[in-house]
Amino acid sequence: MSLRLPAITLLTLLCGAAAASEPRSGYDYLPEEFQAMQDDSFENPGMFTVDQGRELFNTAGDDGISCADCHGPDGEKLDPKRIARYPIFSKRHGGPVTLQKQIDLCREERMNEFPLTYDDPSLVALETFVRHRARGEPVNVDVSGPMRPHYEAGKRLFRTRIGQLQMACYHCHDLYTGANLRDQVLNQAQTNGFPTHRLLIQDISSLHRKFRDCFATLRAMPFQPGSEPYIDLEVYMNARGNGLPIETPGIRR
Amino acid sequence: MVGLYRHSAWMIGLIAAASVSAADVAHWHAEGLAIAQPLDGLRGDAARGRALVIARDKGNCLACHQLPIPEEPSHGTVGPPLMGVGARLNEGELRLRVVDEKQVNPDSIMPSFHLDPAHLYRPRPDMASTILTAQEIEDIVAYLVTLR
Repeated sequence: MSLRLPAITLLTLLCGAAAASEPRSGYDYLPEEFQAMQDDSFENPGMFTVDQGRELFNTAGDDGISCADCHGPDGEKLDPKRIARYPIFSKRHGGPVTLQKQIDLCREERMNEFPLTYDDPSLVALETFVRHRARGEPVNVDVSGPMRPHYEAGKRLFRTRIGQLQMACYHCHDLYTGANLRDQVLNQAQTNGFPTHRLLIQDISSLHRKFRDCFATLRAMPFQPGSEPYIDLEVYMNARGNGLPIETPGIRR
Repeated sequence: MVGLYRHSAWMIGLIAAASVSAADVAHWHAEGLAIAQPLDGLRGDAARGRALVIARDKGNCLACHQLPIPEEPSHGTVGPPLMGVGARLNEGELRLRVVDEKQVNPDSIMPSFHLDPAHLYRPRPDMASTILTAQEIEDIVAYLVTLR
């Protein structure tokens, strides 16, 4: 019993420190060479996806309508402040709508296109392009009112031990940020660089793809991209990083 | 939403219970923050234990702990360094910490390496088992005891 008290006291201190700590972008935890790669539009491999997204954005669908018809060529009429507010709560859809989902809803409702599967490469490219339009804009997700239960559900999942390894997101990314996990430095798992180019997969990665890979690391059964638990997790994690500048496309591990 | 999670946990629990026979989980008893008896009465091998603490798909203790294993380049700093841990804790205390550290600190990040898989939430079906076998636990304990 005597051993238990100091352990709990220490944990309380750690939790207190985590709660008080300011959001820090994953960029701050990158080695300098990868920070330089992210900053240089010609070196950043994510810019390839931005260009793909721009192309799709400006191209008309089967009914002759393009995103650019409403939002201007290259999306010049898009408001970075509105992009930074996603996920938003939609009364009409009765729940949170992520930026990627909003793009698909636009395609369906304004362009008469069939909806695509969540994380379809075309949607990820469009999302990457649109979010890139808001580069530098501080993330600003409103989780008051009807969004609150979704924020709380996301927070619960963030703190739920999963898989054979029985760890929650928050163990590594709240309690032990800055510590070394063998050869990697644990960051805060902030979302402001997503969709991001990931070094381990050498490809663009949506946020839900990253969730899936984290679940796999913990030897857990992932949820589907676009599923309610992952949307709630996106609500919580984006809001947790409110104030961080959007970096899309970031470079992350 | 919460109901959905619970439902899934219950389903996965069922699958886990069906696919892992009770014999794969050693029955252990903790007293005084220690498991005095070796799991299943097995005898550990320190050399095998040293290999298991390095192996990324086994103990992977180096992910979080520093150990006197100079040939491995990267040691974690999440948990306390384990140099001299065999002098600080006795064999039974070490065994409990490897088997189920959460008996000592319920909020610990450390996985319980020999936990009844019925307690896992959403394990991958092919990994709905203990992380380490009883023999592997004993090998690692035998190695940790030598760290004086």
